[in-house]
Amino acid sequence: MRVKVLLFAGLREAAGEAELELELPEGATVEGLLTALEKERPRLSRLLPLAKVAVNRRVARKGTEIHPGDEVALIPPVGGG
Amino acid sequence: MVKITEEPIDLEEVASALSSPELGAILTFIGTVRGIEDGERISYLEYEAYEEMAKEELLAICREIKARWPTVQRVAFVHRIGRVGVGEAAVVIGVSAPHREETFPALAYAVDRLKETVPIWKKQVGEKGARWKPAK
Repeated sequence: MRVKVLLFAGLREAAGEAELELELPEGATVEGLLTALEKERPRLSRLLPLAKVAVNRRVARKGTEIHPGDEVALIPPVGGG
Repeated sequence: MVKITEEPIDLEEVASALSSPELGAILTFIGTVRGIEDGERISYLEYEAYEEMAKEELLAICREIKARWPTVQRVAFVHRIGRVGVGEAAVVIGVSAPHREETFPALAYAVDRLKETVPIWKKQVGEKGARWKPAK
């Protein structure tokens, strides 16, 4: 399945894009997505361990399964206020 | 009231969203951009948000506050995104209640929670260059 991933802040700048698409096997988890991303975008490898993953606008655990059409986003350390 | 905006924050608008004849205590926090950070002269901050999620998180914090301090009837979060100059308000947070007692802890909690989980990022641009700054 194709999964769209939103990128923000330092991750967006490191990737050079605000949104990317990944090909993942059906039933892939958040952890699988991170592994695939690290392989496809080695430039992000330094920042990825610090980021949380949001699925449908809620922070997800490593084992959370991703479904086609889910809104996936990488959340680097936040700094509002 | 939860709002993420590229425009300068209108304090009057926030105060009026928090006011009502039965609410005798309105407390607001204005977070402004410091011109000096660890000895470095700052030019401006650049904020970015994952807007839809940030709004949902802020609404969840509003609900937490009302559950924890039941006299607090209204909560406002207005956060600016884009470039914010030194001295300008980056965020305005407010709470209101019939009486003041619960508004002080509720407001302090609101400010702390904003910095924990809400997907908003700030890039500090100063004489030493630009860098993304996580909340302390």
